[in-house]
Amino acid sequence: MTASRADVVATALADLYRDPAGGRTRLLASPMGAMPRLGARLARATFAPGLLLSDGEATLVDAEDRPRGHLPYERVFDVVWGGRRHVVMGATQLDAEGNTNISCIGPHARPKVQLLGVRGAPGNTVHHRTSYWIGRQGPRILVPEVDVVSGVGVRRGAADLHHVVTDLAVFAVVADGQLPAVRLRSVHPGVDLEQVRAATGWALGEVGDVPATRAPSDDERAWLDRLDPDGSVREAMA
Amino acid sequence: MSGTWTVEEVAARVEPGMTVGIGGWGSRRKPMELVAAVARRGVGDLTVVSYGGPDVGLLCALGLVRRLVFGFVSLDTIPLEPWFRRARQEGTLPEVMELDEGMVLQGLRAAAWGVPFLPMRAGLGSAVVDTNPQLRTVRSPYADDTELLAMPALPLDVALVHVHRAEADGTGQVLGIDPYMDAWMCRAAREAYVSCERLGLDPDQPKSCIVDGTCVDGVVVAPGGAWFTDCSPDYPRDQAALEAYAATAKDPVAWATWRQERGL
Repeated sequence: MTASRADVVATALADLYRDPAGGRTRLLASPMGAMPRLGARLARATFAPGLLLSDGEATLVDAEDRPRGHLPYERVFDVVWGGRRHVVMGATQLDAEGNTNISCIGPHARPKVQLLGVRGAPGNTVHHRTSYWIGRQGPRILVPEVDVVSGVGVRRGAADLHHVVTDLAVFAVVADGQLPAVRLRSVHPGVDLEQVRAATGWALGEVGDVPATRAPSDDERAWLDRLDPDGSVREAMA
Repeated sequence: MSGTWTVEEVAARVEPGMTVGIGGWGSRRKPMELVAAVARRGVGDLTVVSYGGPDVGLLCALGLVRRLVFGFVSLDTIPLEPWFRRARQEGTLPEVMELDEGMVLQGLRAAAWGVPFLPMRAGLGSAVVDTNPQLRTVRSPYADDTELLAMPALPLDVALVHVHRAEADGTGQVLGIDPYMDAWMCRAAREAYVSCERLGLDPDQPKSCIVDGTCVDGVVVAPGGAWFTDCSPDYPRDQAALEAYAATAKDPVAWATWRQERGL
């Protein structure tokens, strides 16, 4: 059996939690959205048992859904500002420096399209590891420059920008002063490089031989089917 | 303090131009009945501080907000608040102070503690600094010399929150899993008013009493006072009513009916 694109994406969203910052394996994973959440649960079930996830309200739970703590919104900031967290956020725009926008499209004084607001993105990005999930990569989402900086990029003081996983590819964020800081790391099986180039609003540059994003192992496939028994999370992504 | 207040008595405490803090989070445990009473009086020119939901949307829809201090405005199950969007996109919300969610908390804490600002990292480097030129940074007076954002206090004239149980002495109890920032709203305010589902505390849960007479000036009995937002365990979010509210932003007839039904 070959893995579906959604299986590969879920596995990539799990692999975000490999090599945690400072080697600290007990941390709060805050995946925003169904696919990032599936990835975090896969990571927790396989190689990252120390991940703590919220139940979606204010209770921390472990892999068996046992309560492991009370985390109301106010206390979330204590974890954020202490740095013991890895958030996987969405973004309406993400640029080559790793800045992201969830505030509004167009001028801030009079938006063309008002979105959520910056939420906790400014604080998250200056305090702890941050990754992004882009469910439908395109040149209007991966843009040369975001309209409003909600999550800060490598030139604006990001603490630890990690990876960007999209429906087409995986990017790593590299803070070595060169642009783009958001660099192609792997392309999902069945996607060709030109497709990724066309769906990126900045020049990818010389990328060399880009490997394929890894497929899940049999064990991981089995876990995905257990964690998403009717496949609805993965279907919604496809 | 003796006796409880009516929603009208509380609403009468809000005057044009005041800064009003509203408890709850998104479409969760919002003091909708108190907000509607303020709206019914047509008190305008308000500065509103909120983890925003339909409270913000409604006040924006009625043109009563001059300035909004916020980190987000959302209906949760409908991510984007339609009346807030309209106000921003049509330019009927004259001024916004858009902040990181944690900055709003630190601003309330600073006001509650009587300090002019609290230092923090959140916000640095982001549009929060670009779009709020009044924000300043401070340098650590210690050897590290770190530059930090000086989040100014957000003092409130009036705070409005809704809880599950309360007593007339100002004790307010939250039986749901999350107290949100309600206690900070009350402590940051010159006057704070709490509406409750019913009088009488659950004596077995003293830890869930999130506010008390030191920070609450009046208690209102308002069963269903958070409807149509979530007030678990007393009642969940009324999704159908929330959707009906959201739909009014795109349907002038539905909006007129909705207003009429609520005397707005």
